Amino acid sequence: MIDAVGNPQSVLLLGGTSEIGLAIVAAFATDRPMRVVLAARPSERLDAAKARVEKLGCAVETVDFDARVVDTHADVIRKAFAGGDVDVAVVAFGLLGDGEKAWTDVDAAVELATVNYTAAVSVGVALAERMREQSHGAIVALSSVAGERPRRSNFVYGSTKAGLDAFYTGLTEAMRPYDVGVTVVRPGFVHTRMTEGMKPAPLSTTPEVVAAAAVDAVRNRREQVWVPAPLRGVMSVLRHLPRPVFRRLPV
Amino acid sequence: MRRSSTLCDSADACGGPSGGLDRGGGAGGGRVAWLAMSSTPTSTTSLHGWGRTAPTLAHVTVPSTPADVVAAVTGAGPRGVIARGLGRSYGDPAQNAGGLVLEMTGLARPPAIDADTGVAVVDGGVSLDTLMRAALPLGWWVPVLPGTRQVTIGGAIGADVHGKNHHTKGSFGNHVLSMDLVTAEGAVRTLTPDGPEAELFWATVGGMGLTGVIVAATVQLQPTESAYFVVDTDRTRDLDELLMLLTDGSDDTYGYSAAWFDTTTTGAKLGRAVLTRGSLATRDQLPAKLRADPLKFEAPQLLTFPDRFPNGLANRATLRAFSELWYRKAPRRQRGAIQNITAFYQVLDLFGDWNRVYGSRGFLQYQFLVPSGEEPALRRIVEKIGASRHASGLNVLKRFGAGNQAPLSFPQPGWTVTVDFPIEPGLHRFCDELDGLVLEAGGRLYLAKESRTTGATFKRGYPRFEEWRKVRDAADPGGLFVSDMARRLELTQ
Repeated sequence: MIDAVGNPQSVLLLGGTSEIGLAIVAAFATDRPMRVVLAARPSERLDAAKARVEKLGCAVETVDFDARVVDTHADVIRKAFAGGDVDVAVVAFGLLGDGEKAWTDVDAAVELATVNYTAAVSVGVALAERMREQSHGAIVALSSVAGERPRRSNFVYGSTKAGLDAFYTGLTEAMRPYDVGVTVVRPGFVHTRMTEGMKPAPLSTTPEVVAAAAVDAVRNRREQVWVPAPLRGVMSVLRHLPRPVFRRLPV
Repeated sequence: MRRSSTLCDSADACGGPSGGLDRGGGAGGGRVAWLAMSSTPTSTTSLHGWGRTAPTLAHVTVPSTPADVVAAVTGAGPRGVIARGLGRSYGDPAQNAGGLVLEMTGLARPPAIDADTGVAVVDGGVSLDTLMRAALPLGWWVPVLPGTRQVTIGGAIGADVHGKNHHTKGSFGNHVLSMDLVTAEGAVRTLTPDGPEAELFWATVGGMGLTGVIVAATVQLQPTESAYFVVDTDRTRDLDELLMLLTDGSDDTYGYSAAWFDTTTTGAKLGRAVLTRGSLATRDQLPAKLRADPLKFEAPQLLTFPDRFPNGLANRATLRAFSELWYRKAPRRQRGAIQNITAFYQVLDLFGDWNRVYGSRGFLQYQFLVPSGEEPALRRIVEKIGASRHASGLNVLKRFGAGNQAPLSFPQPGWTVTVDFPIEPGLHRFCDELDGLVLEAGGRLYLAKESRTTGATFKRGYPRFEEWRKVRDAADPGGLFVSDMARRLELTQ
């Protein structure tokens, strides 16, 4: 159960090696250790993640999860809930891909769409069913500012995040009558493995900052957060710029 | 409490957790009707405690007979069942996410009171307010009253509530002669404090509804000549003066005693307090005007607060102003004032839904006790609250007398303190720190107020927890009785 001040007892991380996801787990666990389920493909990285979370005092289980194999997702979620109610489920898996390859190579495009959008929807539906049954809990979905307005440099990624964002924003409303909170987190450029070597965009941030915002949103039952917060205003302006102006911007 | 528009007339229509809320023609089919044995209608309702935090959705049914309770209990689904009274517990003990909640206020025939012996036979859903109104004209008084009369008999036993007279009368369970408990197998068991099932009796006292559903109880009332109190008031400079007054032996000469104290002041004024102590007035002590009708019960409700208060209205500045006023309006020293129960005891009962003042985020009541001899720890905790940015306006300090034999009963000889915090960022850490100080002093937390601690912390405060759990598990091996609190604090697995 999530208690009166927003401490969860159990957290499921879909994308069990995601840096932002693990930072969210760590942010919760620093205040109060809990039961953690890491869902990811078996790998050394997953083992390392498990060890790291255990060090925070959490009891950790792992569940084999491959975002590409959509028809296994219902089973993954079933296994993730086998140990008891899940209070907070974090949808943190995703690919950035190569911006050029993503719109010129059909396999690359479909992979991005499958992992970032289809899989997010597929686990979202299964999560929603479980959360309705237990009638409590919270879902956190990691969206991106890239979904707010497509840019020439990474519009396939942006399109998948736009889809994810719309799905979970709608899910927020659908789950409201069940006392299940859904939070959509929209970070800007985050310094992670995924963005290593890339030139940081303005207002760039870190996984820890994103995690703090996500945890704060769950505690206060907020449905949408931008990280850092000023991005909301910035993106609101960018969203409404005429295309001839927008395409000249160095973003 | 938010109630959905779906009110199912039959068990089938209420399907399961995914069926109950399908409004716009969604297909709830394919689910087994898990309430198959119950004929009482259920509705899907969002429930929260008095603190208005952590709401969860449950299937709620209102039984009106013990047979209804038996049917509901035996027909409960995989997420179990819990009884709910008037929802005055601050946290989540009367919630059961995705499961069944029995709203007991339907089980409330007028109390049967023997005017000669003061023995009252009361249904589980009857409020202490109702019991008191029925008993007073006959010259009988409810022996233990918490800060509100809006609690049910079942809730009073389940939380083993205490009042300002704990140091003289103990807690509610001490006055229960017997109770009828619907247990997991669907039987109605009559339990007494020293009969063959005494263990289950005492596990039910303070057991937060996790042993079964209390459908009726027999309570020994206390004779009284009036419904008024003779009250002495002392305003103290600081916490030390308050503790001195409470330990100089004078406290035992009063039937009732409790203090309001200030947590918004620091330094020399730390914990300045208004101590009010009194006893039930005899007829002779009343002024002539009241003597004509000494048992008249005055319990007006001035107003009900609307649900329009913004978050943050109850903040450090407003609570400091409130505290200053509250302190100043009290007489420095007053002896022998005649007060009715509302003025002396249950001031908050003047206001309906006063918890709305804290806004939609709600608030948290933190009540702990530290044993006698731990006054330095008590002082440290009050200092910590005063120094924090978390302000509280309604603070009560009371000296407890001896506890009873119930393993989960809260009161023990020592000091209990109650503070109310509006929910604010950082409150979770602050409360965890308070937990640490309370445990260090050998203290404990009160489940009727609890909404955020850990199972481990709770259990450390109750060394007899495992003893309780054994009795509970034997009575309910399948874990049918469960609540959000039980899940959160791992009381029943």
